[in-house]
Amino acid sequence: MSISNNQYTAKDEVASVFVKRTFLQRSWITLKKAPFTAWLGMTIVLFYVFVAIFAPLIAPYGEAEIFKIPYAPWNETHVFGTDRLGRDILTRLIYGARNTMGIAVLTTLLAFIIGGGLGLLSAILRGWVDQLLARFVDVLMAIPSLIFALMLLSIFGSTALNLIIIIAILDSTRVYRLSRAVGMNIAVMEYVEAAKLRGEKIGWIMVREILPNILPPLVAEFGLRFCYVFLMIASLSFLGVGIQPPTADWGSMVRETGELIQFAYSFADYQFFLIPILPAAAIGILTIGVNFVVDWFLYLTSGLKDEHK
Amino acid sequence: MHPILSTLIKRIGLGLVSLFFVSLIIFSSIQLLPGDFVEAQLGQSRTEETVAAFRKELGLDKPFHIRYANWIVSAVQGDFGSTFSGRSATYANQPQQNTSRTVTSLLKPRLYNTFFLAGMTAIIAVPISLLLGITAALYRNSFYDRAVNASALTTISMPEFFVAYILIIFLGSMYQLFPSLSNVTSSTPFFDRVYLTFMPALTLTLVTVAHMMRMTRAAIINLLSSPYIEMAELKGLSRSRVIIEHALPNAWAPISNIIAFNLAYLIVGVVVVEVVFVYPGVGQLMVDSVIKRDIPVVQGCALVFALTYILLNLIADVISIITNPRLLYPK
Repeated sequence: MSISNNQYTAKDEVASVFVKRTFLQRSWITLKKAPFTAWLGMTIVLFYVFVAIFAPLIAPYGEAEIFKIPYAPWNETHVFGTDRLGRDILTRLIYGARNTMGIAVLTTLLAFIIGGGLGLLSAILRGWVDQLLARFVDVLMAIPSLIFALMLLSIFGSTALNLIIIIAILDSTRVYRLSRAVGMNIAVMEYVEAAKLRGEKIGWIMVREILPNILPPLVAEFGLRFCYVFLMIASLSFLGVGIQPPTADWGSMVRETGELIQFAYSFADYQFFLIPILPAAAIGILTIGVNFVVDWFLYLTSGLKDEHK
Repeated sequence: MHPILSTLIKRIGLGLVSLFFVSLIIFSSIQLLPGDFVEAQLGQSRTEETVAAFRKELGLDKPFHIRYANWIVSAVQGDFGSTFSGRSATYANQPQQNTSRTVTSLLKPRLYNTFFLAGMTAIIAVPISLLLGITAALYRNSFYDRAVNASALTTISMPEFFVAYILIIFLGSMYQLFPSLSNVTSSTPFFDRVYLTFMPALTLTLVTVAHMMRMTRAAIINLLSSPYIEMAELKGLSRSRVIIEHALPNAWAPISNIIAFNLAYLIVGVVVVEVVFVYPGVGQLMVDSVIKRDIPVVQGCALVFALTYILLNLIADVISIITNPRLLYPK
């Protein structure tokens, strides 16, 4: 009785269950199962990131380059026309992706470094450090953050650096609360205790023992915080106290071209209302995209299937 | 002592403490100014005397705690000091030439306008969002639920000025149904005021309804899945009775929190919307003063906003404490 090739063996079946897959293969399998909204969100985010990184190559003109005709109509040389100073609007839109998103990413990163660091510190040390920080955060959160940001900007002046630092500090309060809450659950684990007993420094415990275990909620929070910071910077720029000209930025573009809306009497005047709407829509679409991706990521990591189905 | 009373006292005390610290932060923020603030404010034409006079007027010759006490006592009485703009070095010793105004005279008429706008929005937005939230929770995972949810997510992601501009294009410019400039004055009759305020109120409604509706839906779904509701359903009670008699008493706390949270959010949203529609409210005053760096006005506005914010949160917590069935019937 010889063993033929298509004969059934238990070993074959068991062996086929364990397929060693690379990280890329596993990611692809997860991605294939992603819903349409997640794909849409990822496409939007990747497109924005691409535009932001390669802005100088994509943009037809320089960021603050001024042409002779202000408010030029849409044509071949200026796809979306020019603004009141004669700057090409398409170029400003493309550079706006770089400036607005860049500042928002930097701010969110800084907020996570401050808030996450202090949150984990509170979770490990407990005691008076925790009490002091928590009360301080409570007080900071008792003032609406846009109002607080406006007040601080009036004192320190609206420069990009001030903007980043002020919003990062105000936003780190939320990150602090989250990382403290999830860090608390991990800080009481035996292996953290073991790390303390073998004399690891507090930095090691924070980064190597606790951080990897609380990464999923923090990553999701990063997406949401980014949206929030992004909208806040856009609002501040729209109010005229955020990113200052000549830096191209979507919020201030809406502010500068907003008055054109009053000339739009019908859909035939689409140029008038589209010029302020384009940068505003650019802000909105990115936020929706990030929200879609975060929703899907939360669904994946939490294992929650929304409510009861 | 009754548990409700002690919890209430604790909560109100906490609110007062946070109010104290917030006022301290707002007051001391002026200390963070780099350089000598008085000299910078008075500019090039300052003299020794004007600097000294201005310093004395601001009370900068006294120690910090006395200045804070003076400031907070007069702020409680409605006096936030006078504006920086209109004050100049040359006229500092001649009061008749000084065009500086008191912050209160600027703040008072605008405060009424802002509360009018926020109140009108709340009257429209709260019932709509509660209705949408409760129905979305009842028919969850249906097409209706998904449609409401998707549109809510979209409006949440849009900046306020985007929504405002879309409304201006359609309602203000193409079909001129409502004015896109809400230039109300103190003598505007009530119905004209409502008409003029309609567009900013609608913008704020669209922005807040989405949020409030999603949170109401989550709160109700959270409740409907608890065992005691299932028990009531198994007893054969009608759906309306289950919701009104069993679910609602426990839902008041989250719902009042949601409403207060969003009214507090309105305060922030009001700033952007007021600027878009040139509505003469506190938000616009604050933004203007930030650009002019007129710090007493900014402080006054920030204090008013923070006070409203803290009070709203306090009221929400008080309502959730009072309506909490667990505290109502102590063991």
